[in-house]
Amino acid sequence: MILQSLDAYLVLATILFCVGAFGFLARRNAISMLMSIELMLNAVNLAIVAFGAYVPALTGHASVIALVVMAVAAAEATVGLAIVISIYRNRRTPLVDEYDAMRE
Amino acid sequence: MPIPEAIPIVGISWDDALFVVLAATMLGSALLVVTLRDIIRCGLALIVCFASLAGLYVLLGAPLLAGAQVLVYIGAIAVLILFAVMLTQAKNAPAQLVFQTQAVPAAIAAIAFAVLLALAVVSTDWGEAGRRIATGTGALARLLFDQYVLPFEVVSVLLLVAVVGSVYIARRDPRGRGDDR
Repeated sequence: MILQSLDAYLVLATILFCVGAFGFLARRNAISMLMSIELMLNAVNLAIVAFGAYVPALTGHASVIALVVMAVAAAEATVGLAIVISIYRNRRTPLVDEYDAMRE
Repeated sequence: MPIPEAIPIVGISWDDALFVVLAATMLGSALLVVTLRDIIRCGLALIVCFASLAGLYVLLGAPLLAGAQVLVYIGAIAVLILFAVMLTQAKNAPAQLVFQTQAVPAAIAAIAFAVLLALAVVSTDWGEAGRRIATGTGALARLLFDQYVLPFEVVSVLLLVAVVGSVYIARRDPRGRGDDR
């Protein structure tokens, strides 16, 4: 019985991505939404690394792409958390559905 | 005593058993991240999720990526998120509603999207080799600093810009406006 294959890893990445997408759409807390974005980025990274491990033409290149994705994710997390902290300082709440200043 | 090839009673190899355990840990902790009420526990579950992903990278033959995953995601991003949680959460935050009103449509959409993507993945021929190919660290370094040296430098500039920008965004206003309101 072969459990591990490219398909298995890709389906795993798909499920992880959709868990992250659900969290991004459903959570009220801005930091929870950022965590969900990190989950989605990790799912994409897992898919990239799986491609690199199973497709001979992509070996090595996939690891480089995954490293770049990690660095971009770090930059995204830094800026995102800075924005959340900045908004929190003005509005005193981390809940995104109370950020309704543009609606009035 | 030598370790047997497969787990004695179940009959699956250690490799596959590790894959199943790591995948289950990763998915379970990811579900905890999006459903738990207390956001600090969400952050801790996120760390578990990142760690099991690092294990999956090792299984896929990319140990350098696993190291980078532990350093960057657990060591930097998760700790940063936990700090931000401690800076922004009010004491009564866990008592409030966790999900928005659109949570049920979001769940349905996410499940439908997962099923569609999984069907597309399974029905596509990816031209894969039957076995895994490990990525040597030396070959990866040669690729990174030879063929991909321009993206590497661009990423370093991007990180610098992001750090400077986020310090500028998150600093306190020197005029005292919006400070302790």
